[in-house]
Amino acid sequence: MADLTSQGTAGKTPDTTDAHEAALLAYARKKKLSPFLYLPVAWLVFVILLAVFAPWLGLWPADEIDWVALRVPPGANEAHPLGTDHLGRDMLSRLIYGARVSLTVGFAAPAIGVGFGMVLGMAAGYWRGWIDEVVGIAIDSWLAIPGLVILLLFALVFGGSLFMVCFSLGLLFIPTAARITRAATMKFANREFVLAARALGASDLRILVREILPNVIWPLIAFILIDIPIAIVIEGALSFLGLSVKAPTPSWGGIIAEGREYLETAPWISLIPTAVMFTTVLSFNLVGDAIRRRMADVRESQV
Amino acid sequence: MRYLLRRVQRLAIVLAAVTLVTFLLVNVLPGDVAYEMAGINSSEEEVQEIREDLGLNRPVLVRYWDWVTGVFTGDWGQSFVNKEDVWETIVHRFPVSFELMLLAQLMALAMAVPAGMICAFRPDSTADKIIGGIAFASVSMPSFMSGILLIYFFSLNLGWLPATGYEPLSEGLWANLKPMLLPALSLALVEWTILMRTLRAEMISVLQEDYISLARAKGMSNFRILLGHALRPSSFTMLTILGLQVARLLGGTVIIEQIFGIPGIGRLLIHAVFTRDYIVIQGCVTFFALVFVAANFLVDVAYAWLDPRVRNERLSHG
Repeated sequence: MADLTSQGTAGKTPDTTDAHEAALLAYARKKKLSPFLYLPVAWLVFVILLAVFAPWLGLWPADEIDWVALRVPPGANEAHPLGTDHLGRDMLSRLIYGARVSLTVGFAAPAIGVGFGMVLGMAAGYWRGWIDEVVGIAIDSWLAIPGLVILLLFALVFGGSLFMVCFSLGLLFIPTAARITRAATMKFANREFVLAARALGASDLRILVREILPNVIWPLIAFILIDIPIAIVIEGALSFLGLSVKAPTPSWGGIIAEGREYLETAPWISLIPTAVMFTTVLSFNLVGDAIRRRMADVRESQV
Repeated sequence: MRYLLRRVQRLAIVLAAVTLVTFLLVNVLPGDVAYEMAGINSSEEEVQEIREDLGLNRPVLVRYWDWVTGVFTGDWGQSFVNKEDVWETIVHRFPVSFELMLLAQLMALAMAVPAGMICAFRPDSTADKIIGGIAFASVSMPSFMSGILLIYFFSLNLGWLPATGYEPLSEGLWANLKPMLLPALSLALVEWTILMRTLRAEMISVLQEDYISLARAKGMSNFRILLGHALRPSSFTMLTILGLQVARLLGGTVIIEQIFGIPGIGRLLIHAVFTRDYIVIQGCVTFFALVFVAANFLVDVAYAWLDPRVRNERLSHG
C-alpha cells in the first residue's frame, strides 16, 4: 500500500524544470488545501473527544435495553436522538462507545506493526546476509496468506479481547513496515555519517539507534498515517463477521452487521454507523494525505 | 531459465512456511474437535478413541508431515464435521469464488483504465481532481459497507437485483450473473482506485517520452495516442498490482460471500472456522496460498510477454 500511494503522489508533482515555479505551485497547493481540511480535522477531534469522554456524557448505557422503545427511528424520541436498534438500545450511545473500539485499534495496531517491522527491517537492511534472507522469506510467506485469514485464525486462537484484536491486526502491518525500513536502512547504511560514526568506534546498536533510526523514521510515520484508516476498516470487517471484540461491547462493524437483518424495516441501524464510519475513515485519509504531502515538501526543500 | 527456477524455489519455500504456520496455529485452536464430535455426555475413553481415529494423539510435526505428503497425492483429508473430502469440496466451491473475483476484477479494470487515462491526460485538471476525489471517497468505503448500501438501494428500494442467493451457470448466463453483480461491484469499488492511481502515475511519465511527442507531431489524435501508444507501456505496475490484489480479493470474498449468501470458498472457510473443522481450514488456507502464488507467477509471465526487454534483462541478470 505504502509504495503505491507514494508513487501516486510522486506522479502528482508536475515535472517542472523551474524550481521556483515548483515551489510556487507547492505553496499554492498548500494554500488551497487548508480550508478544505478544517472539516475532516474538526470531525476527527469531535469523534475522539466523544470517545474519550464517553462515560461522562450522561449517555444511556450502551447495552441497556429500553423495552418501550424498540427500533425507534432517529428524531422520533427525545430520549434517543439517533433512535434505537432492534433490541431497544440507544444508537447514539452505542456509536460513541463503538468509536472507542475503532479508534483504539486504529491507533494501536499500526503502532504495534511498525514497531516490530522497524526492528526486523533495520536488522535486515543493516546486517544483510542470512538475517536479510530469513526476514525476506518470512515476509514473503506472511504476505502470501490473505490478511483476513490470519485475522480469522488469530481471533479464534486468542479470543476477542481488545488487546488481542490490536495485536493480531498489528501483525498485518509488519511485512510492509519491515520492507520500507529495510529499503531506507540500506540507503543510509553506507552513508558518510554512518562510516564516520563507525570510525569513531560506535557500536552497531548505537549506529542503528542514533544514526539510522532518525533517518528511517520519516517514511514509517507516513506509513502509520496511511494505516490508521486501514486498521479501522479491517477492525470493522472483523466485527462485522463477529470476530472482533465480544458481542455486548458495541463496535461499528458489529452494529452494521446487526442491522443487516432490519435493512427493510429499520434501515438506520445499519446506515447510521455506515455513514459515521465512512466519514471517519475518509477524514483520516484526507488528513493523513495532507500531512504526508507537507512532509514530502519539507524534506524535498531540505535536500 | 535460472531466474524462473530461483523464483519457483522461493515460491516453494513460501508455501512450506505458510502451511506449517497455519498448521501450528490451527492446532492450538481452543476447543477440542474430538470433544465436540463425541458430544456432551461422552466418557473420556470415547473422546480418546475419536482422537486416535483422527490421528490427533500424535505429535504435531508428524501430523504435518502426513498431511503434506497427502496433499501431493491429492488426499487433503476429510472434514471432521461432515466427512466430505476436503479437496473435492474446495474444487466444487472455488469456481463460484473465482467467478466473483474475476467479475470484480473486470469491473475494477473497466472503471480504472478509462479513469486513469483521463486523469493522466491532463494531470491536475478539473476532471483529474473530480476522479481523484471519487477515488478517495471510494477507498474509504470498505466492501462490507458498500455491499450493505448496494443491497439497500438496488435490491430493497429499486428492486432491480436480488439481495442474496446464487444460481449455477446451468440456469442460464443471466440468471447466473444477476445475483453476482452487486457482490462483484462492492469488491470492485475498493479495488479500482488502486489500479487507477497506479495507471495514472505511470502514464503521466510515459506521456512525456519522445515517441509520444513524435506521435503527436505526426498529428495523431489524442485518443489513438493514449490507447495505441501509451496504454501498453503504462500498464506494467498495474499488472503487478493485479496479481497482488488476488490475495486481497480472496480475503474480500470471505466477507462478501457472507453478506450476499454466495456458496463459495470464503463461506466454506468461515463455516469451518466457526465449527473448528481444522482440516478444512487448513485446506482452504493452503488453497488460498496456492492461488496467490500462481497469480503472481502468471504476472511474471505476463510481464515478459508484454515487454521483451524485461525478459531479456532478467535472463541476463539471472
